[in-house]
Amino acid sequence: MDNNDFPILHQKVNDEDLVYLDNAATTQKPKAVIEAMEKFYYEDNANVHRGVHTLAERSTEMFEAAREKIRAFINAKSSKEIIYTKGTTDSLNMIAQSYGENVHEGDEIVISILEHHSNLIPWQQLAIKKNAKLKYINLTDDGELDMKQAEELITDKTKIVSVAHVSNVLGVISPVKKLAELAHKHGAVMVVDGAQSTPHMPIDVQDLDCDFFAFSGHKMLAETGIGVLYGKEELLNEMTPVEYGGEMIEFVKKYETTWNELPWKFEAGTPNIAGAISLGYAIDYLNGVGMQKIADYEQQIVSYVLPKLLAIDDLEVYGPTDPKKHTAVISFNLKGLHPHDLATGLDMEGVAVRAGHHCAQPLMTYLGLSATARASFYFYNSLEDADKLVDAIIATKEFFKDGTI
Amino acid sequence: MALSRMDNLYRQVILDHSDNPHHHGELSDKTNDIELKNPTCGDVLKLDLKVEDGKIEDAAFSGYGCTISQASASMMTDAVIGKTTEQAENMVQTFSSMIIGDDVDTDVLEDAATLEGVSKFPARIKCATLAWKALHKALNK
Repeated sequence: MDNNDFPILHQKVNDEDLVYLDNAATTQKPKAVIEAMEKFYYEDNANVHRGVHTLAERSTEMFEAAREKIRAFINAKSSKEIIYTKGTTDSLNMIAQSYGENVHEGDEIVISILEHHSNLIPWQQLAIKKNAKLKYINLTDDGELDMKQAEELITDKTKIVSVAHVSNVLGVISPVKKLAELAHKHGAVMVVDGAQSTPHMPIDVQDLDCDFFAFSGHKMLAETGIGVLYGKEELLNEMTPVEYGGEMIEFVKKYETTWNELPWKFEAGTPNIAGAISLGYAIDYLNGVGMQKIADYEQQIVSYVLPKLLAIDDLEVYGPTDPKKHTAVISFNLKGLHPHDLATGLDMEGVAVRAGHHCAQPLMTYLGLSATARASFYFYNSLEDADKLVDAIIATKEFFKDGTI
Repeated sequence: MALSRMDNLYRQVILDHSDNPHHHGELSDKTNDIELKNPTCGDVLKLDLKVEDGKIEDAAFSGYGCTISQASASMMTDAVIGKTTEQAENMVQTFSSMIIGDDVDTDVLEDAATLEGVSKFPARIKCATLAWKALHKALNK
């Protein structure tokens, strides 16, 4: 696919053409989004929902239009179900704090061992606070969620099931629709961490039948500091706000307050207006490309690069070896070399990857690793980028071999 | 190719230290010890010291980390054994200055001075300083 809309990708780092493969961390922004943000600040900026003046009306309209675009993008029933947050982490914390009030002593929360810390610590701390039990779904040998175990773990004691739609380390897709069915059968709610899925595939929250769904704008072409919490309207209506302040009120008296209606009940204070609008433009851009086309194209990249990586001697690749079970997030290590050394080598060749524990320390411990290198593609990457990754890994391997032996 | 730039980072002496680290292990008669973690990468460094009469009689390190952090720990232990704690603290200062690119006399650091090239790789500075931070903390514990 074309990457001419992404100016940042056309530069040299360390004398080599940049190959940006850190998209699971954050994505680059197309000109359309950058220019729309510039235009917003040049022409339209004002606080939302407050003023009667023209600019305030204009920015409010843009802010709410973006919410409607987001609703359509994930096929929520109503834009009341779309709450602006700072990002996935913020969204998940909000659910744990607010819906978490329904969890009591002896109740159980089920998550999986491959969770990002942002979908782990909120539940772990909630369990500690409420004297509830936190249970983990483990993985099969191929790195997929062990659904047999999930069926045993999710019981009538379960109040919340929360799982990543796509692992930010292994790239494996979780059967969240199936998990939602299981959760509902036992009267629990299903929370989906969609940070790594929403940018890469069509999302239909009604089809998944999840109760909550969280994702971030910056991983899908928008600015940082904007994210979304989707929740079913009837659940959000029953929940209490997490933050108090401006915007989220209906009427404030000296000793009591009534809340604004959804979604504003959960949006205290001046929101990230430009961020929300940027997410609207990012969605326009993604719709222009087509989400199914993006998913298909990334599948093509995985099918191309995964066998090549698996064929490199001394390269350990984690997660499913079947490309069909993989999104374009691939973690690996060169035997005998720390991933930071590998990542520095790749950087010298112009290839940007992440190295570390990827905010998933329990998964690292479970896999017996302390860190991995991770390449993550987006639709603006090419098969040539995949070749450059493979070549750079081999060159780095040779460098350390020659240097040490 | 650009990979050749790494020669400044991974000099032979650094790779030697990483492959065959000196003073790797634990001390049964340690007087001071510390375990430091690098939260960004998950690396762990454990440092044992035997300090007597204000002098570092012995040192050993263990844990898990990258080439730079392992080599740095190896070279640091080499350099500080036999030094007074005051000398060692001065070396911590010298190393900290060197690694951010300040022009300092690095002779006192012995092999550790070869990590000077790390200053050109900002993302790796923490890897190199972990051992020296551990030394500073262990001495002040």
